[in-house]
Amino acid sequence: MRKRSPQPSRVGAEDTSATGVMDEESAETEHPRQSTGDLKAAQKSRLAGLDRETLVNIYHQMLLARRFEEKSAEAYSSGKIGGFCHLYIGQEAVAIGAISAIRKDDYVLTSYREHAHALAKGMSPESVMAELYGKATGCSKGKGGSMHMFDKELGFLGGHAIVGGQIPLATGVAFAAKYKGTDQVALCFFGEAAVNQGAFHESLNMAQLWKVPCIYICENNRYGMGTSLERAMSSHDISQKSCAYDIAAEFVDGMDVLAVREATMRAVERARKDSLPTLLEVRTYRFMGHSMSDPGNYRTRAEIERHQERDPLKLFSASLREEGVLSDEQFKELEAQVKDQVEKAVKFAEESPLPDPKELYTDVYATPLDAHRN
Amino acid sequence: MALVTMREALNQALREEMLRDDDVFLMGEEVAEYQGAYKVTKGLLEELGPKRVIDTPITELGFAGLGVGAAMVGLRPIVEFMTFNFSILATDQIINSAAKMLYMSGGQFKIPIVFRGPGGSAFQVSSQHSQALESWYAYFPGLKVVMPSTPADAKGLLKASIRDDDPVIFIEQERMYGIKGEVSDDPDFVIPLGVADIKREGTDATIIARSLMVPVALKAAEALEKQGVSCEVIDPRTIRPLDIDTIIQSVKKTNRVVIAEESHPFCGVAAEIGAEINERAFDYLDAPVKRVSGADVPMPYAKNLEDLAIPSVDQIVAAVREVAYLD
Repeated sequence: MRKRSPQPSRVGAEDTSATGVMDEESAETEHPRQSTGDLKAAQKSRLAGLDRETLVNIYHQMLLARRFEEKSAEAYSSGKIGGFCHLYIGQEAVAIGAISAIRKDDYVLTSYREHAHALAKGMSPESVMAELYGKATGCSKGKGGSMHMFDKELGFLGGHAIVGGQIPLATGVAFAAKYKGTDQVALCFFGEAAVNQGAFHESLNMAQLWKVPCIYICENNRYGMGTSLERAMSSHDISQKSCAYDIAAEFVDGMDVLAVREATMRAVERARKDSLPTLLEVRTYRFMGHSMSDPGNYRTRAEIERHQERDPLKLFSASLREEGVLSDEQFKELEAQVKDQVEKAVKFAEESPLPDPKELYTDVYATPLDAHRN
Repeated sequence: MALVTMREALNQALREEMLRDDDVFLMGEEVAEYQGAYKVTKGLLEELGPKRVIDTPITELGFAGLGVGAAMVGLRPIVEFMTFNFSILATDQIINSAAKMLYMSGGQFKIPIVFRGPGGSAFQVSSQHSQALESWYAYFPGLKVVMPSTPADAKGLLKASIRDDDPVIFIEQERMYGIKGEVSDDPDFVIPLGVADIKREGTDATIIARSLMVPVALKAAEALEKQGVSCEVIDPRTIRPLDIDTIIQSVKKTNRVVIAEESHPFCGVAAEIGAEINERAFDYLDAPVKRVSGADVPMPYAKNLEDLAIPSVDQIVAAVREVAYLD
């Protein structure tokens, strides 16, 4: 078993509770993680510093993302959602923890596994579900689907489906914020497989060279589709790749929503105050297949179950319950509220009209080709 | 009006548009301190400063994508490729991001960006540095493709491209930076995209040519005039949007068409224009549409072979004589 080397340019070094602790029981020698007990203890200490409203809101978002996607899977299986549908179940702590650490006017860009990020950025379950259904009322008018959600008003800038393609884009969004002299930041989410793309390396180089306020959040869920990290990456320590670009980095337990939030807050402060980028390696796990059509033959049931013991939603709800933030009754009320939200979203999507056939030819150009000579 | 080179005309367009709008910035390899590999950006760093004129690392995919991201949130980037040969590395961001963003976001994110630089054949630099890529980019809905053939067109079209709200591929011919022409110094001298220019009027045959092939076609027309054949030379100037109406009007007048281009013939722009003519004006044709394209080979280095790979005046003359059934 390999021990982690010290973080090369680690920041927030005082916070060791979420980092670097190996799970001696794990067969995944290259994916160190805290034991459930350690995580819970760390989470509770973080929880103490936060007000009830924030905590409940974070839990609400996680629960909404989980139930929303469970419902999406049902709708996909019954043929109501087409194309690809990449579920985020198991990774909710990453998007929700990180997005809880930014302002409304900050930007988020992510990959095609994006429903939870869209919801966390404030997009309505109705507009996201309607997009999945390919309806005119969807956030992208039914032209983007599961992989291309956008909301300009809310600073949700997609939804990009070429692995790593969003990384240069987010770098440019952050570049523009600096150019215009705002103090906005950009969060850029991507999976660990995107780290092997040139786009990742080209972007991190430019980001540090030009000091842009972009926070690169690598959601390391161990698998690029069916290929494990160990089979795809010569050096498995993603946060260490920051050394090549002299960029601040941190690695975070992605099953602890509050650890993700705190690490993101440190990165956001660095971005806002000093216009500096950060690379966060957030270690997580997806409980479902790569997409709805993935039978998952590349990993064992036992491996999935081992990670499900550290289900971020269950761990957080246990912490909230044990610390008296939410009572059993209040949990039930929240569950009912979320169920209602998801049902309303489905009803809205079901009842919404399909895009007008005329929409096929709109939005291709801001100035349509035939308008130039008129 | 002043007599300036294509290089100077492009420089004027960049300078004027950057002075006009603070959201316009320029980035690319060697554009700032080196003043441009082809000196198109000469003096801009000094006048506009390093915030607006930015030297990039050699990282085409990265800075093309960075430009698209900046355009998503309101900037108007001009991304220079040292040559369009290197844009091949950036095609994921040009095609998958820039061209499709407006559509797949349901109309929310326009991408006002110009990707510009030299393209087409260069002087004896062999296969990787000498090629015409316009048919690649023109293929994609969402992109506009512009190819000027005179200094005046270069200035007016580049200014229009920078002011346009869509991604524009602006291809400057690498061999043509030194050609001279009269250019307006009116800061609002803009040539709208999508409007072809009749470079020479004629009655017997239409030669459609773009970029480097325009001066070649004009020389061919001169030679043909002496042989008693009056040629009309049409420069579409923009490939997308294509001013097909002007082309069709000319075809209806002359009934004979030759399309000259530097690029390879297979799946090229001439093939597209020929198909459009067949669909819209078949009954007006007195002969099949004839293409004169670059050789269907990678560009060779040796001077004699390179000359054979690029359409010549003689080839265009012969093609016109062929469609006029003169030989």
